[in-house]
Amino acid sequence: MQELVDSLVADGFVPGGLPLWVAYLGAMLVFGGIVVFVFILPIAGITTWVERRVAGRIQSRIGPNRTGPAGFLQWLADGIKSVLKEDIVPSAADVPLFKLAPYVVMTGFVAAFVVVPFGGPLIIADLNVGILYLTAVTALVVVGILMAGWASNNKWSLLGGIRSAAQIVSYEIPAGLSILPVVMLAGTLSMQGIIGHQGWAPWTWHVFDNPFTFFAFFILFVSALAEGNRTPFDLPEAESELVMGFATEYSGLRNLLFFMAEWGNLYVIGAVVTTLFLGGWQIPLALADHPVPRIVLQFAIFFAKAYFWVFVAVWLRWTLPRIRVDQMMIMCWKYLVPIAFVNFMGTAVWMVLFPAGVPAVRVLLSLTAAGLLVAFARRVVFHVRRALLTREELSFNPLSTARVMSRG
Amino acid sequence: MYFQFANVLVFFLLAFVLCGLMLGLGLLLRPSNPHPGKLTTYECGEPPSGNAWINFNIRFYLIALVFVIFEVEIAFIVPVAAVFRDWIARGQGAFALAEITVFVAILAVGLVYVWVKGDLEWLKRLPQYRGEPAAEPLRRDAA
Repeated sequence: MQELVDSLVADGFVPGGLPLWVAYLGAMLVFGGIVVFVFILPIAGITTWVERRVAGRIQSRIGPNRTGPAGFLQWLADGIKSVLKEDIVPSAADVPLFKLAPYVVMTGFVAAFVVVPFGGPLIIADLNVGILYLTAVTALVVVGILMAGWASNNKWSLLGGIRSAAQIVSYEIPAGLSILPVVMLAGTLSMQGIIGHQGWAPWTWHVFDNPFTFFAFFILFVSALAEGNRTPFDLPEAESELVMGFATEYSGLRNLLFFMAEWGNLYVIGAVVTTLFLGGWQIPLALADHPVPRIVLQFAIFFAKAYFWVFVAVWLRWTLPRIRVDQMMIMCWKYLVPIAFVNFMGTAVWMVLFPAGVPAVRVLLSLTAAGLLVAFARRVVFHVRRALLTREELSFNPLSTARVMSRG
Repeated sequence: MYFQFANVLVFFLLAFVLCGLMLGLGLLLRPSNPHPGKLTTYECGEPPSGNAWINFNIRFYLIALVFVIFEVEIAFIVPVAAVFRDWIARGQGAFALAEITVFVAILAVGLVYVWVKGDLEWLKRLPQYRGEPAAEPLRRDAA
């Protein structure tokens, strides 16, 4: 984005007499405002709608379908409803902290978008510490959740808050260790640099670089789900045991802010996974010569990849049951952390042994993934066929046949 | 460079503006019918018993301690990881790998120590019961 503003200034776009820093600040505010209000808000809202529709399908019901086509405007309706709700701050709560907590959570979530790439040159700021900054700033969410849990002065909230802190803090370790192989491979921390080190073809992606990164990818995704408090790791707000966890005392708009951050974080998870392991916005350059359609294509491919992982997260939520606290801790410290260590060391050894990479392994791993996808598609086809068959059988009506028979 | 990092501050500001705008809009639109009953702490419909600012389990402190050790370690590894490729290109890959191995091995010993000491167990048992098989839960005969 800096190049764009620089070129605008060089072209004399800035009115004379205006100090240069004002022009830059204005540009930052405009671009930041566009990203926050045009991208983040709708993406967080629409994901709630997607989640409820998918949940409906998975549970053999319909889901929201009244507001707008297929219930698409449900997220707006929910937002408006939340704005119109009475504001309740419990009299026993620590009021300043109680009111500050949603701000902190939202800050941790919104600030992550500074380094989330959108496609091609579209990125707010390609920080040279990109991925490290992202892990650091998303950790602000823990502070907010802990603040909310403590300030509510409610036993459910306190338990939810400290559980959440323990969980997010534990899963930071495997997540951080799974990022390191990619950093070693790309030799940079910047998001655009990491994407630039990969190509459009699956066998050039980091996930298929060697067997260790293949596992690091899954560890990162699982840890990111745990950090985002998603089922099967949604213990902090486990509604069947802790009412609503850290958000028990929050109602109306403040509750909405917490959950906007949670659903928006799903997209951040998808974008991080895509950037680090799945080739980001890379497309074959022959596909589009002109910059504008190329950027549109790059945005589309990045969004599709990132949103696929949002869909997977939603799908996991409505498929798997919640795990217990001790299981969650054991899984992190006794399985994910040692395996992540092995991945890290394995990648280092691999890079020393094969500085140029092993094309055969890349192709083999890509073929393995393709095989898994084909096997999965066959399962889907099988189930769809079976569902269609049952529907036919259900529509079989003995009375109508009886009538036909009597006529005959 | 300054421009890049100024964006971070702008986004912090925008997040606060976003929350402030929404809450401010709510302030204008929402009803306000205060009632002391609404402002009590929720405890499943019962009057709340005592304060919620209580001591919580020591296990959480242990997790926090272990976390700090490993997070600092990751913070130290990140710069090494970022230049590892350059070292290999300069033909010093084996040397860099040996250094990383020593560093990670020390921390692996730390993980093993914590593990053996039983601090990764979430369900703990008192020392005198350690090693015994878990007691059968009391059978409740149907009334």
